Amino acid sequence: MTSEPRIRVTALRKTFGSHRVLDGLDVDVREGEAVALLGANGAGKTTLLKILATLVRPTSGTAIVAGHDCAKDAERVRHEIGLIAHASYVYEDLTALENLRFWTTLAGLRPSAAALASALGSVELDRAADERVRTFSAGMKRRLSLARFVLARPQVLLLDEPFAGLDQRAKKWLEEHLASFKARGGAILMATHSFGRELAVADRIAILAGGAIALDTPRGALSADDVQRLYGLHTEDAP
Amino acid sequence: MLVERRSKETLNALFFFALLLLFVFQFAVGPDRERLAGTLPGLLWLGFILSGLLGLGRTFVVERENDCWEGLLLAPGDKSAIYVGKLAGNVLLMLVVEVLLIVLFTIFFDIDLSPAIPTLAIVVVLGTIGLASVGTLFAAMTAGVRARELLFPVLLLPVQVPVLLAAVKATEAGLAGEPLAAYAHWLQLLAAADVIYLVAGVLTFEFILEP
Repeated sequence: MTSEPRIRVTALRKTFGSHRVLDGLDVDVREGEAVALLGANGAGKTTLLKILATLVRPTSGTAIVAGHDCAKDAERVRHEIGLIAHASYVYEDLTALENLRFWTTLAGLRPSAAALASALGSVELDRAADERVRTFSAGMKRRLSLARFVLARPQVLLLDEPFAGLDQRAKKWLEEHLASFKARGGAILMATHSFGRELAVADRIAILAGGAIALDTPRGALSADDVQRLYGLHTEDAP
Repeated sequence: MLVERRSKETLNALFFFALLLLFVFQFAVGPDRERLAGTLPGLLWLGFILSGLLGLGRTFVVERENDCWEGLLLAPGDKSAIYVGKLAGNVLLMLVVEVLLIVLFTIFFDIDLSPAIPTLAIVVVLGTIGLASVGTLFAAMTAGVRARELLFPVLLLPVQVPVLLAAVKATEAGLAGEPLAAYAHWLQLLAAADVIYLVAGVLTFEFILEP
């Protein structure tokens, strides 16, 4: 572990008109660490991820990713991040291989045919490489999104409900993939509503309420019930 | 272009739109040959701009429908590559529709445009680049706006006045068989507008995409 966090968010504020979504939020994610961000609907989880992904500008405060300021040096930040949001960012009328080639070329990479095939193989889509994405399930589209990051090798993954809509096999696959990303030194910030096995990949749990981190604790031996109890204590979204 | 080639959504829509336009023009102008000769350049470019507006307005529809707009924003690197790629696609699509329109014009109005083909080719290519370079830029500007279908032509048409003026005048002179020297200044204006619009598009596209 290095002393400099891969993600450092300090006194972050974001308002939409008169609505204050983030209000002095602080959170760090270090190399080889995954933080699960829990919070009720509208708590600001997606807004935080979008600020870190340079898609939304913060009202005030700083968000640093891999040493670069998200507001002032967005282009450098984009080289270091992989975002998996609700949308998979794939063209449905292109095949898996064409999608992968398009996005990696756009990102300035020039992967060989063998590298593209290998990336698709690593997300278990090699057999569907020449099939149009229109025929894919949600899980397959998510895996295709991840294939881009196999080639781009970002330092930071920003995940918004990454397990949503996936079947058990796809969840297991994603869990293993995220674990290996962490093992390679990557940092993960994951927004989720789940208290179950999806949290297994997290090293810390941060609960977002009132626009700030209400609780930031190591996951350690916390069971799903413990997490649910803590979540109920710190949010108005008690089960 | 691969997505469009497979879906053919825009091309099919533009083809039928062009066909409808020609029916309307046919009824409006009637069989009077002199009247047709006077209005032909304007009708041609009216057809080009109307079908162009439809096509250009759909530049980023595929990104919206596939939820890929944010993906484009997130792509690291030079964003002008996206602009140039989209522009090339638009120019190609518009040229296909315009050639189709010209062929249909000759059939519907029973006219021989073959002597004016070299002039027409130059004017159409220059005019299309001018239309598409601003159109692609404004399509990106309005992609995230709710009333984009209204806003897009309102923004685009005033900026296109020099291109349309020069294109119609050069087409008129070309069809009338005037020597190149008589309308070279219109071609120069078209070329200058193209260069300005293209450079402005390449330089500003990145800022338009930024949140």
